Amino acid sequence: MNYQAFLIKYGEIAVKGKNRHIFEDTLLSQIQNALRRVEGEFHVSKENGRMYVEALSAYDYEELMDALTKVFGVVGICPMVRLEDEGFDALAEAIVSYVEEAYEDKHFTFKVNARRARKNYPMTSMELAAALGEKILDAFPEVRVDVHKPQVCINVEIRSHINVYSTEIPGPGGMPVGTAGKAMLLLSGGIDSPVAGYMIAKRGVRLEATYFHAPPYTSERAKQKVIDLAKIVARYSGPIKLNIVNFTEIQLYIYEKCPHDQLTIIMRRYMMMIAEHFAKESGCLGLITGESIGQVASQTMPSLAVTNEVCTLPVYRPLIGFDKQEIVDISYKIDAYETSILPFEDCCTIFVAKHPVTKPNLKSIKKSETHLQEKIEEMMQTAIETAEVIYAEP
Amino acid sequence: MEAYFDNSATTRCSQSAVDLMQKVLLEDYGNPSSLHMRGVVAEKYIKTAAEQIAKALKVTEKEIIFTSGGTESNNLALIGTALANKRAGKHIITTSIEHASVYNPLIFLEEQGFEVTYLPVDAQGVVSLNALAEAVREDTILVSMMHVNNEIGTIEPVEEAAKLIHEKNPKTLFHVDAIQSFGKMRIYPKRMGIDMLSVSGHKIHGPKGVGFLYVKDKTKILPIIYGGGQQKNMRSGTENVAGIAGLGVAVQELYGSAACTEEVNGASGFKALNFEEKIDRLYELREYLIAGMRSLEGTTINGAGGRCAAPHIVSVSFSGIRAEVLLHALEERGIYVSTGSACSSNHPAISGTLKAIGVKPELLDATVRFSLSVESTREEADYVIAQLTELLPMLRRFRRH
Repeated sequence: MNYQAFLIKYGEIAVKGKNRHIFEDTLLSQIQNALRRVEGEFHVSKENGRMYVEALSAYDYEELMDALTKVFGVVGICPMVRLEDEGFDALAEAIVSYVEEAYEDKHFTFKVNARRARKNYPMTSMELAAALGEKILDAFPEVRVDVHKPQVCINVEIRSHINVYSTEIPGPGGMPVGTAGKAMLLLSGGIDSPVAGYMIAKRGVRLEATYFHAPPYTSERAKQKVIDLAKIVARYSGPIKLNIVNFTEIQLYIYEKCPHDQLTIIMRRYMMMIAEHFAKESGCLGLITGESIGQVASQTMPSLAVTNEVCTLPVYRPLIGFDKQEIVDISYKIDAYETSILPFEDCCTIFVAKHPVTKPNLKSIKKSETHLQEKIEEMMQTAIETAEVIYAEP
Repeated sequence: MEAYFDNSATTRCSQSAVDLMQKVLLEDYGNPSSLHMRGVVAEKYIKTAAEQIAKALKVTEKEIIFTSGGTESNNLALIGTALANKRAGKHIITTSIEHASVYNPLIFLEEQGFEVTYLPVDAQGVVSLNALAEAVREDTILVSMMHVNNEIGTIEPVEEAAKLIHEKNPKTLFHVDAIQSFGKMRIYPKRMGIDMLSVSGHKIHGPKGVGFLYVKDKTKILPIIYGGGQQKNMRSGTENVAGIAGLGVAVQELYGSAACTEEVNGASGFKALNFEEKIDRLYELREYLIAGMRSLEGTTINGAGGRCAAPHIVSVSFSGIRAEVLLHALEERGIYVSTGSACSSNHPAISGTLKAIGVKPELLDATVRFSLSVESTREEADYVIAQLTELLPMLRRFRRH
């Protein structure tokens, strides 16, 4: 079927009161952004509380859907056939051939839902729905009408032209990115952090990210993997500024000066501090991590408390109550899984102790950190100053 | 300074090969199967390359089948002869240190009902000829053996093996994977009793995506790629004319002598030294590098020494160091090497050869391969040793517990 236009349904944002136009305008521009990656010409418009994407040239349906289903704020996409108003008979004929083409198996219940935005149409909505329903019944003896719980609802909108649609492709939901501020994602090469970024972006938050690498202990390919993951998340969140911090010196310094079983937790405290520095510098309102309670030693409640203690910004942990499998499911859904599981070592695991502390004591961690006094400030400064910045575009 | 010591993974393409390839791609771009002049011109490049290769091997040009590289050559040799000779028998012999491009086609053949015997190697990586003699049977149709091991550089006794095989069963075919040896030593298949020989272009300063299989005249072999019937039906598909021409030049440059500086295909085949001089020089450099390695603390050289090994591969285990970390640390200093073998670097699986020669388990993951080319220099070797002297104590300070 050749669809010339698409009705964009957006649920939640329609009820946002006086701010509604801000949400709508953001959604509109996010849809426009997404369409820039699709070959063809499109026009996005907003009228009477509805949003339409109109194809002005030939396009690839799969490619277009792939782009639209990644725009947060979109709840559903209805592909529409667009007709000129050439009288009732022509309309009835077009509707019958629409049903013929759209549904191979005609064993379903249906109703016609007519709406007139143009009130000078010669029939009322009720009359039109009934008359069209009759034509469909005449054409296909297998179909039955059910006005209460139809399996198929055939919508007919009378405007300057006539829109016909009956299917809806679910969108990702959420809020348009750019309506909720910005946050700093601590991105590793694993499964969790890209999912955490996705979840927060879904609530309308723009993302920035920080990655820690430790050459020569981690490889150039590990870094490329993280850039690739940032690009995957960026398909949903829009471009991500990625700060790549060389963490080797700090890591080795902690390794030499602190008890080995505290290495990971102390490392993570310094990672949080550095990420927060970048966050504040670029106006982020919070940090995002992929932590989930009890997943590993550094993510027990006591460990999270100790890590959290260095942060002044709120730390958002959208996966906190998720099981690994639930995280993996989302990772699959957003196409990050295959990249996430590429076997490159990340800097958290290179010197990990056999038995890292699972109930770290803040006092004892702080005491260990006093052994770092001499050089750590300077090292952090260097790490921050020498960070590489990459813009991950979708 | 930079030192590219990963020439067993791939080499830099020779300038004259590149020049000729560019000419083929931009000017003489015809399809060798076309009937018109452009087709004839293109066909001539293939003929010239086949002649250059045939001359180096002292075989005839019609015994050369061009392929997409070493992997395809090995696949064609193994699968092509197994399928063509399955009525004579279904037994194949190989060694336990083969490259994946031999090993995996054999696994495929095992699934098709062939029986494969894997011969053991000694601590130097040399295949046991006694085991070979015992393994050859009436129904053995094929023996496949590598000439030089890609991970440790050991030279296998292919000539003795050939004699032994053909004494026990004159009908058994003998395939040699010469991907690491071609260009590093003289190879004369006919004199050595080799029925098939695999070679890859990019290991010898030729381009990637091209190689060849020498197949002795009248050998029973079936194609593995079917189509338009190019290369006398043995390998369908429009020939990679540029790649083949580049390969021919690379072969000629390597095996050609200083005296032989005539223009070939419009490109100069000049190199200052003749083949034996080049290889002697390479052996000297290898010994020099090994001496340097031995002077470092906690190093073990794997495989055979002297002329029992190829002139370009040095496998070194560094106790207490993870090879991948060392690799990346060297990379930061412009030195490029492989862990264990380049092929096992892509899979974290531990190298098969190193295990087979009995390298201690704690050293398996601590082994780095340095591989030289005729372009490598003493200065580069000095630089590598100097950097290792600095790096090793530093890396040993930080270990995983």
